This record gives sequence, C-alpha cells and structure tokens, in this order.
Amino acid sequence: MTTQISQALMEARSLTKTYEVSKGLFQGKGYVQALRDVSFSLFSGQTLAVVGESGCGKSTLARQVTMIETPSSGSLILDGKDVAGADEETLKIARRRVQIVFQNPYGSLNPRKRVLDILAEPLVINTDLSKTDRTDKVREMMAKVGLRPEFAERYPHMFSGGQRQRIAIARALMLEPTVIVADEPVSALDVSVQAQVLNLMMDLQEETGVAFLFISHDLSVVEHISNDVMVMYLGRVVEQGPKEKIFAAPRHPYTRALLSATPRLSETERKTKVVLQGELPSPLNPPSGCSFHTRCPFATAACKSEVPSLRDFDGRKVACVRLEEISD
Amino acid sequence: MAGLLAIIVIVLAAVLADVVAPYAPDEQIRTALLVPPFWAGGTGSYIFGTDDIGRDIFSRIVHGARLSLFVGLLVVTISLAAGIFLGLLAGFFRGWVDVAIMRAMDIMLAIPSLLLAIAIVAILGPSLTNAILAIAIVILPHYVRLTRAAVITEAGKDYVMASRVAGASKMRLMFDTILPNCWAPLIVQATLGFSTAILDAAALGFLGLGAQPPTPEWGSMLADALQFVQRAWWVVTFPGLAILVTVLAFNLMGDGLRDALDPKMKR
Repeated sequence: MTTQISQALMEARSLTKTYEVSKGLFQGKGYVQALRDVSFSLFSGQTLAVVGESGCGKSTLARQVTMIETPSSGSLILDGKDVAGADEETLKIARRRVQIVFQNPYGSLNPRKRVLDILAEPLVINTDLSKTDRTDKVREMMAKVGLRPEFAERYPHMFSGGQRQRIAIARALMLEPTVIVADEPVSALDVSVQAQVLNLMMDLQEETGVAFLFISHDLSVVEHISNDVMVMYLGRVVEQGPKEKIFAAPRHPYTRALLSATPRLSETERKTKVVLQGELPSPLNPPSGCSFHTRCPFATAACKSEVPSLRDFDGRKVACVRLEEISD
Repeated sequence: MAGLLAIIVIVLAAVLADVVAPYAPDEQIRTALLVPPFWAGGTGSYIFGTDDIGRDIFSRIVHGARLSLFVGLLVVTISLAAGIFLGLLAGFFRGWVDVAIMRAMDIMLAIPSLLLAIAIVAILGPSLTNAILAIAIVILPHYVRLTRAAVITEAGKDYVMASRVAGASKMRLMFDTILPNCWAPLIVQATLGFSTAILDAAALGFLGLGAQPPTPEWGSMLADALQFVQRAWWVVTFPGLAILVTVLAFNLMGDGLRDALDPKMKR
C-alpha cells in the first residue's frame, strides 16, 4: 500500500454489478449491467460527487458502497481490507463505517418510531451503551444537526422536510462513520431549505472529517459541495476529476451537454446549449462500442465498435475515442 | 359507534353473565316448559321464555355470549398470530418461501370455508376446542395475504434500508421495523374476523360439530330447538337474533375502525 499524506478511506476498484432479470416466461434470462468498471477513492474530509441522469447506476453504486449488495466483480477496499466478497462478520463491522442518507426524508424515517428511537437504533444494534448513555448521545447529535433535543420524543410526521433530513443526517452520523453516502439528499427539499441542509453537511464534514459520496443530478449543488466529480452514463464513468477542472472545461461530450443544461445567471457564463436527442438507451440492451454514441453529436463509425477506456487528459480522466479531435 | 355500543353491552353481559342471568344456563325448571316471552302471554320471570326442557332462554343467551366472545377471541388470536408470522416470512424473504406459503394458502382458499371447517372437525372429532382450531385454520389465509401485502409495501421503503445499513438483523427488521407499520389493516381484519369466527362457530354448533349440549352455545341452541319452530317461535328467534346482532355489531365496528385508522379517510 502506498503511504500518502491523505490516505484513501475507501477505494473502489473496477466495481461491476450485473443484475439478472427475467424477460418473460419463455424468454430466458436477461442481464442488466447496472455498473461497469467503476473506480474511485474517497478521502477524509473530501466530497466525491456522482452525477448522471436517472438509470445511469448512481443508486446501484450506493447499494454496493453501503454493502447492502455484493458487487459482481471488482473490489471495495475499506481500511485496507477488501469487503466486496467478505463474510458476514467482516461486513457487520465494515457497515458501521459507511452510512447512508436517502433522497426522500418522508420515506426514510420509520413513521411508528420516535426520533429518539430512530437515532438510537444504530447504537442499540452496534454498541453496548446503556439507555441513558444512548439518550445523551442522541440529544447531543440532535443539537449538532440543529434540532432542539426536546424534539426527541416526537414522531417523524411532526417535522418538516428539512428537519426530517436533519434527523436522517443525524442517524447516519450516530455510529461515527468515515464515509457517508448521500443519495440525492436535497433534491426532495424546497430550494430555501436545500442550502441549509447542504451547509449543515459541509459543517459536519469539517468537524468530523467524514467523506461524502454525494449522488446528485443537480449540478449547481454539486459545484457547491464537491471536491471531485464523477460523471456516469449507463453504468460507466465517462469523466472523472477535480471539480474545478470539470466545471471549467468539460471534455466528454456528455459532460458538456450536462453542464450546458445548468441554468446560469450571468450572460457571460452561459454556454451554448448542447441539447441531447433521444432517451437514455435501455441498460438491458446497451449500444455497442461507446454507450453514448446513439446520442453523441460527435459520434463516428469508430464509436460504434470501440469501447473507450478512461484515460488521463488535461488533469482528469475521460472515456472518449475522439477526445483529442473534439477538444479545442 | 352503534357497533361499539352494542359490543360494549354484549361484552358486559358476557363478563357479568352470572349476575345478569336470573337462572343457571343448564337449570331445568320442570314446571315451565316452552313458556312464551313475557309480552306474548308468559311471565315476567322468563323474559325470553323457556325451551322444551324448561331452561330460561335469556339466561342461556347471556351465557352463550360469553362462549361466543371467547371463541371469537381465541380464533382471531390464533389465526392472527400464525397469519402474521407466515405473512412476514413470505413478504420478507420472497422467493421459494413466498411461493410455498402462498400456494398453500391459495389451496385453502379454494375450498369453501365452512366445508373445510367441517372436514377438519370431522378429522379431529366434534368438540368446541376442535371447532375453534378448525375456524382458525379456515380464516388463516386472509391474515397471511394481508400481512404479506403490507410487508412487501413496507419492505421497499427507505427506512427499512436505513435500518439494514445500520446493521439490523433480519429478525429486527421483520418484527421491530416492518411489522409495526403493518398493523392498521390487520386490526380491521381482526375485528371483522371476530364476526366470521362467531358465525362459523354457530354454524358448526348448529351442525352438531361444535359445542356439545348442554353447553349454551347459540348455534347448538338453534339446532336443539329446530323441532319446535312451529309451536314455539321464541326458542329459535332469540339465539338467532343474538348471532345477528353480535355479528352486525362487529362488522360495524370494523368499518368504523377502518375509517379511523386510514389516514386518507381522515382528511
């Protein structure tokens, strides 16, 4: 292992997840390649944003990283150990290190439990703390996320969306994890509340040094919170690198289209709109070669046959065959 | 509301049967055979009249309420417990567990319920306990299906996933996380199941397969008195009315509960 100043908390190497689906009674099995060859590293106090449209494998990635599902191949290295094919015991310990915040705060809190019970559950499962110790920890955490500790006795339906998301964040932090997967944590919230929750997340990150894997489709949010960006399309990474590089000059045609779709206030910052034609192809039946060739404005015959691999270019990694030709 | 009131009256009568009833349920008053109710020419001491061997019908109905409620409670408890367990297993694990349990339940549903109950009692032998067991088995599929459906809906929600990420065991997920969110439809079904149980118990009693004489069971009272329908209408009318009122009361309460527990109806 290489000793760096900031060692990776988690490292994913060539994560791949294939789902078997039944196509119908007499048609045999089909395979959905939800995740193909995804690699990344998460560092303490850093945020990696995963961007892409619906169905590109963002949520599948979340399920692999939180170890709810086992990847079909590839490895997931946490604290120097590969947990991708690990046994239940190792997983039980490893799961404490990675927690999740969901998109919809109305579905992610058990409606029949008090906030106290929701927040204490991870402690009940994973620690031997006494009831009073747990209650103290819960109250402390509630104060940390900006909720009044007196609210611990209340049920989730008594809270607003933003408050619920704070509770969800508090729950994720209860076990003092090193990595938090945030699956579109603010996209279900009002715009006015989004900023509050994002700032809370950034404050907590500064305080605890937790790494975020921030899944989003909202690029303005990503620009605000992330250090690194990973753009995914149909289960593959198409561009991956530091936020500044990618936002300043997107290289992959898909990233360009995504970024040009972000609304800008000032006239000068507006880029020429690249409007993609058509829909995301079915992952059951992905296009040959580069999966993006069906919608790419620069596609040539070569794109249909050759699968582009990620290569270093201008301080980031990009997967495009015609990269040099289309970059100005 | 009317249902709830009627049930309170019935439950009170059942609990206080020894105080309310003027006679013991099996006490035979030889001087008063087939006495009509007091308003139809009888005396005030036998409000609903007496039967062919001189037992006070009112006393027997009050004691019968105790029995019927007991049957209903036991049946619902047994089938609710078993139904929740099987439904949780099927809905949580899916796959072959689900298929095995649900196909077994489908087979049970394919047989007419009373016929199945009769078959079970015929195998086990006629007695009140066996009748209770038989009815519990017959209404089991409803609870299993209801629980399974509710569990499948809840299991897909994010809070279950969150518990899983926190490391919750399967047992904890099933009983502590998912089950409490499935109660509302089950409570309604259990109340309605009460009336089915009472009705089925009466039917089995009527056929001589449930409670054995001289137990004051409404169904067997009907069966015993059948030969006197022409001469003494009161011997069949009152047990029949008792069944009708009780079943109706439970159904009304079930409907009321459903409205009360369904958040969509509140708005």
